[in-house]
Amino acid sequence: MLASEVSALNEEIQELVQTLGNGRQALMPILQHIQRKHGYISAHAQQEVARLLKIHPVEVDGVVTFYAFFRKGRRAKYNIRLCQTISCDLMNKDGIAKTFERELGIKFGEVTKDEKYSLEFISCLGMCDQGPAMLINNEVYTNLTPRKVVDILNSLK
Amino acid sequence: MPILNKPIIFDRNNFGNGFEKGIKGRPIDIVLEIRESGLKGRGGAGFPTGTKWMLAATAVSPKKYVICNADEGEPGTFKDRLLLTEYTDELLQGMILCGYAIGAKEGYIYLRGEYEYMLSHINGVINKFHEEGKLGKGIFGKNFDFDISVRLGSGAYVCGEESALIESLEGHRGEPRNRPPYPVNTGYMGYPTVVNNVETLVSVPIIINKGAEWFRNIGTEKSRGTKLLSISGDVERPGIYEVPFGTKIIDMLEMVRAKDTKAVQIGGASGICIPEEELHRNLSFEDVPTGGSIIVFNKSRDMLKILKNFMEFFTEESCGQCTPCRVGNKKLLDGVNMIEQGKCSVKYLRELIDLGRTMQVSSKCGLGQSSPNPFITIMTHFGDEILAEHY
Amino acid sequence: MTDSSFSTRIPTAQQSIKIDKGSAHEIGGLVDIEINGKQFQVPFGTYILDACKQFDFHIPTLCYHDDLCIAGVCRVCVVEVEGMRTLQSACTYPITNSIKIKTTSEKVRKSRRHIIDLLLSDHYGECYSCVRNNNCELQSLAKEHGVDFYRFGHVQNPHYEVDNSSYSVVRDMNKCVLCRRCVRTCIDLQEVGCLEALNRGYETKITTFMDKPLAEVICINCGQCINRCPTGALRANDPSDAIWDAIDNPKKHVVIQTAPSPRAAIGEEFGLAPGRSLTRELNTALRMIGFDRVFDTNFTADLTIMEEGTELLLRLKSALVDKDPNVKLPQFTSCSPGWVKFIEHFYPDYLDYLSTAKSPQQMFGAVLKTFYAQETGVDPADIVTVAVMPCSAKKFECNRPEMNDSGFKDVDYGLTTRELAQMIKEAGINLPDLPKTGFDEPFGEASGAGLIFGATGGVMEAALRTAYELVTGREVPFENLNITPCRGMDGVKEASIKLENVKPEWSFLEGIDLKFMIAHGTANAKIVMDRLVAGELNDVHFIEIMGCPGGCIGGGGQPIPTSSEIRAARAKAIYDEDAGLPLRKSHENQHVNYLYQKFLTEGPCSHLSHKLLHTHYTKRGSYIA
Repeated sequence: MLASEVSALNEEIQELVQTLGNGRQALMPILQHIQRKHGYISAHAQQEVARLLKIHPVEVDGVVTFYAFFRKGRRAKYNIRLCQTISCDLMNKDGIAKTFERELGIKFGEVTKDEKYSLEFISCLGMCDQGPAMLINNEVYTNLTPRKVVDILNSLK
Repeated sequence: MPILNKPIIFDRNNFGNGFEKGIKGRPIDIVLEIRESGLKGRGGAGFPTGTKWMLAATAVSPKKYVICNADEGEPGTFKDRLLLTEYTDELLQGMILCGYAIGAKEGYIYLRGEYEYMLSHINGVINKFHEEGKLGKGIFGKNFDFDISVRLGSGAYVCGEESALIESLEGHRGEPRNRPPYPVNTGYMGYPTVVNNVETLVSVPIIINKGAEWFRNIGTEKSRGTKLLSISGDVERPGIYEVPFGTKIIDMLEMVRAKDTKAVQIGGASGICIPEEELHRNLSFEDVPTGGSIIVFNKSRDMLKILKNFMEFFTEESCGQCTPCRVGNKKLLDGVNMIEQGKCSVKYLRELIDLGRTMQVSSKCGLGQSSPNPFITIMTHFGDEILAEHY
Repeated sequence: MTDSSFSTRIPTAQQSIKIDKGSAHEIGGLVDIEINGKQFQVPFGTYILDACKQFDFHIPTLCYHDDLCIAGVCRVCVVEVEGMRTLQSACTYPITNSIKIKTTSEKVRKSRRHIIDLLLSDHYGECYSCVRNNNCELQSLAKEHGVDFYRFGHVQNPHYEVDNSSYSVVRDMNKCVLCRRCVRTCIDLQEVGCLEALNRGYETKITTFMDKPLAEVICINCGQCINRCPTGALRANDPSDAIWDAIDNPKKHVVIQTAPSPRAAIGEEFGLAPGRSLTRELNTALRMIGFDRVFDTNFTADLTIMEEGTELLLRLKSALVDKDPNVKLPQFTSCSPGWVKFIEHFYPDYLDYLSTAKSPQQMFGAVLKTFYAQETGVDPADIVTVAVMPCSAKKFECNRPEMNDSGFKDVDYGLTTRELAQMIKEAGINLPDLPKTGFDEPFGEASGAGLIFGATGGVMEAALRTAYELVTGREVPFENLNITPCRGMDGVKEASIKLENVKPEWSFLEGIDLKFMIAHGTANAKIVMDRLVAGELNDVHFIEIMGCPGGCIGGGGQPIPTSSEIRAARAKAIYDEDAGLPLRKSHENQHVNYLYQKFLTEGPCSHLSHKLLHTHYTKRGSYIA
């Protein structure tokens, strides 16, 4: 990271702590803000948060790695997370997954070379009556069909 | 997204002015009315709400908290999605009534991360309540202050467990606590805390408006009122339905036009699998309890594949803290894979079912205690079929 | 703001209510309970586990440890409570009403067996090649519960790489059973915070920040996690193969120094109850093994008192007479390498408060490769110096780049009590049976003051015995020289001693209340440091800090298990040994005086002693790059 990026990030985290509080109970909201804005929570960000909340960096890491929505590394521009839980599974999740893999040329758990798309599975989204469902970044898509998947991917380009 | 059949308790005509009535009365009367109604927690465990509130109300403490558990994460459940968007006013009213009843000044809605898109709507309603004097200082001119804020989860099924939820609110890994003490005694930040499901809280203003007696007359003796069901899977009309407790599973299936049903998973991944021959059983705390997730499987379904999906879910979603749940679920999943490859002896399968029973009694929290349910019930009812197919 | 002021974690997930045993009686009085059909009474709030222990019902445990907060994660201790659907973990369940407990019902036995089977299925257990063979709690559990086959399979191949990066601690997560004792030790007991559970579910792993090698994070090498690990997942970095090689090499002159704490504890490795020192038996054993000379670290402990005590008096003079605003007081002791690394990481701006005196181990190394080499005519390049220490951090300390003041690596190897016991066993020696022999010249026998360095408060007591007498010409005014305010296991101790009728050359100290503090365990060190940062310790003169709970006798290289009783017994052994010695004061150690006459001729804190016996510290900070 460039020095200017570091100081911008530090400033941003300081502001978050000022508005959300410096107690440990503010940890999740702070991490959520960082995740939302940057798409990931870097080692530096974790340590800065730990310092301001007066907890150990490894405890922040423990929290970050516990929750599925937090990530430690850079993420693709479009993070595609397909629900793999039972109701979506019954509604041809496998077919949707294959479509994605074929269209993007990567497997689930991988990122395209241009870092534009990443494929992941996720647990139940609460869209069981409209499965298969997925999230692209934070947006929900439901009632997926292979055809619809192709359309959605085209609309992202 | 409405309730697809004719609502019973959640009929808008029932709402009336329960909220105002409650706040204008004495706090203890709310607790007594809820206790009298026989309302039990709608999250699945079914702890009597009135008893919980009474414990919190009688606790002596400088601070108390009300938490709405909106971390609906059980596979196959989506009824809170409806309540959080369409019954937001009633949910907030229920929380405020609870706060008034137990003497709390602060409430949190712990909203699952997947429902982040609802955040602005819920915050809008909270702001509206502030403008209307229903939240903030001196509510309805009473010496009663109450505030509600929404906090988000970040993708962890186990945070639906109330003590894990509190840990998460406090900024920790969502690992369930040792009990006792229970949250009503030592909860959020160490203070007495009532954690209730969304559906439970929405019921509260309705019960206050219509009276405990009215509520008691619906449902069965040990399961008063109704249950919202999230129905998905092999049915013609998936969606949310409201049925009185005591409804037969087979009648429910007819309602959603399920055809060719082989089995029904009641209570989601942590629930039990009901085979065709037991469809006459009913939904109630006495017989088949449920948090509202109903997943229907027709005759074309491979039960082993379904079970594998459940066990993969638990292996990933266990918090990893206690041995029976962390390793046990992995062993059950390994067992499923062995069966799939035709490598699991009947002897070992029995050993695994036995392990499931150990997990049910020795895990630290409800997740580990219920995660072997699908393994045990599917293997009990469909074991022969599965083994025959995979040898 | 300093990057040091961590708030105490409230590990509520791993804690149950703590009811103070004194007040429990007042809250709820006595509660009638039934255990396995027999009636008892216990105070309200007693944990089932404690109740069962009290009445001699054995309950197996794994994640439970006397020193740590309760976790309730392994579930091995489950018992049946009548009327409850599920089993309850005995370690977490407080008895608040009349209950009936069954500790050996079929349900209980079966569950425990399953849980142990699950733990074994996930543990890379190659017992015969494990450092903890025959002292492993998982192994004992398996034996106790009659495990004779792997019900749920077991790990055939290790899937984690062993972390060998640290000089002190080796992490082998293939053997980890996730009891989290190390996490509770590192975060709660020691307030270091370099280990935590990462990920979740079956992927959960105990590791460091960003899963980095231990050498790259803020580990202070105290090894307390090793002492509390029930398996071989954490162990010390063992140099004994290299030491054997040196012994076998006829060109090498291998000398060993033994610290008092290992001598007070090594008997435990040979089946003795804690609390018996085997100092002189050990000398015999070391000669049998093949060490060329056997020396007593207490010699340099006495030397430390001379250097560090002089340093304190000089600082006091600068402050009181010269009114030097830059002199730093209180002076902190620097003989505990865990504590030194702690302050380097967490209070890097306060390093000037540390005494510059090296630890006794390092002083000895420097003296051996200079003075001793001169005296004996042995080429220092051929001298191999080994230090038997109760400590894993000593391994890191002797590898610090600045510890080469003799022109060579001052101390070649730090060896823990456990590792030395292993070498002795390998040589076929049963230590307790050996005849007693003394230490070698030219360092000979040391004082009891050096000896008590091993227990928390010992350095302070030794320093006071000397400083008081130096300044006043009289012995410290305590019966038998036992300065009782320095003793005991309180986390932070504070006291003072008045200096009156001082000698003329110390007149500036007349009437002064010499205030001192003692803390052990870095969590307590943190309490002291935070008070220092807050400016509350301006009137304190001298502070002793030991990185490990109990001081060196509770060090990370000591025999396993550890508990407050065991540590107290070891401390008692040391104090008893001191009481029986003819020589009790460092400044009366004739060998030390000889060293000053012959070698460090300009006296304590002079140019040469600064070169050889003093050091400097590194501002490490806590940022992990």
